[in-house]
Amino acid sequence: MPLFRHPEKSPLWRDEFSIHAADERYVTRRQFAKFLTLASLGMFAGNLWILLRAWFYKKPVYPTTHVASLGEIPVGDVKLFHYPTAQEQCILIRLSVDAYVAYSQKCTHLSCAVYYAPEHQRLECPCHEGYFSVRDGSVLQGPPPRPLPRVVLEKLGNDLFATGIEIQSSG
Amino acid sequence: MKVPEPPERWRGLTAIDGALALIAVLLIVQLWLLSATLESFLAGHRETALPAAFASGVMLFACFGLYLFVEKVDREARKR
Repeated sequence: MPLFRHPEKSPLWRDEFSIHAADERYVTRRQFAKFLTLASLGMFAGNLWILLRAWFYKKPVYPTTHVASLGEIPVGDVKLFHYPTAQEQCILIRLSVDAYVAYSQKCTHLSCAVYYAPEHQRLECPCHEGYFSVRDGSVLQGPPPRPLPRVVLEKLGNDLFATGIEIQSSG
Repeated sequence: MKVPEPPERWRGLTAIDGALALIAVLLIVQLWLLSATLESFLAGHRETALPAAFASGVMLFACFGLYLFVEKVDREARKR
């Protein structure tokens, strides 16, 4: 099939606006097939982009950030903080006297902020009622496809520090 | 005034419709594959990206083949 039209051929408009009804049907179908094939090319480009991102993936380096002092928040209470950047809000929860957990506050469904519901021992997303376990961030119910990213905490002396983020898979 | 046209002009349309239906099915599968790969990538499973890209490429190849078929039928119909 030639890629370019020969200049001596009949003009394109004569093909595209034929006086025959059948020809018009051919034109609309051919144009629709072209559109669908281009859409298919777009899907392939998307998959290729993911492949390139996967190939050139570099493990992120997280800073060590002070989150709270031990005993700063009472048992069953929370503290909001930003980690690893000022745009990423996280939630620190004190489960018992010496048990702390921290997660990203962004729901893995549509990024609404999750909040801690101590009476149910879970993190709840108010947008679409997605619930996460407070123990490990796993999905208990609702549309979220993945567990909440977990903030790695370290106790240094009398302080709690965030040292990384653990992306958890649902499998 | 209606221009009379030979009935063989209409014959290729069935073949083209079948090819279009196949392209549409392939496109839906490709769309599903893209969303599943993205979901998997965001969950940290990077090993799925290569087979998914390969499968998507095969489907693009099939779509392009069907498009060439549509073009061919279209060209033949024009010659009649």
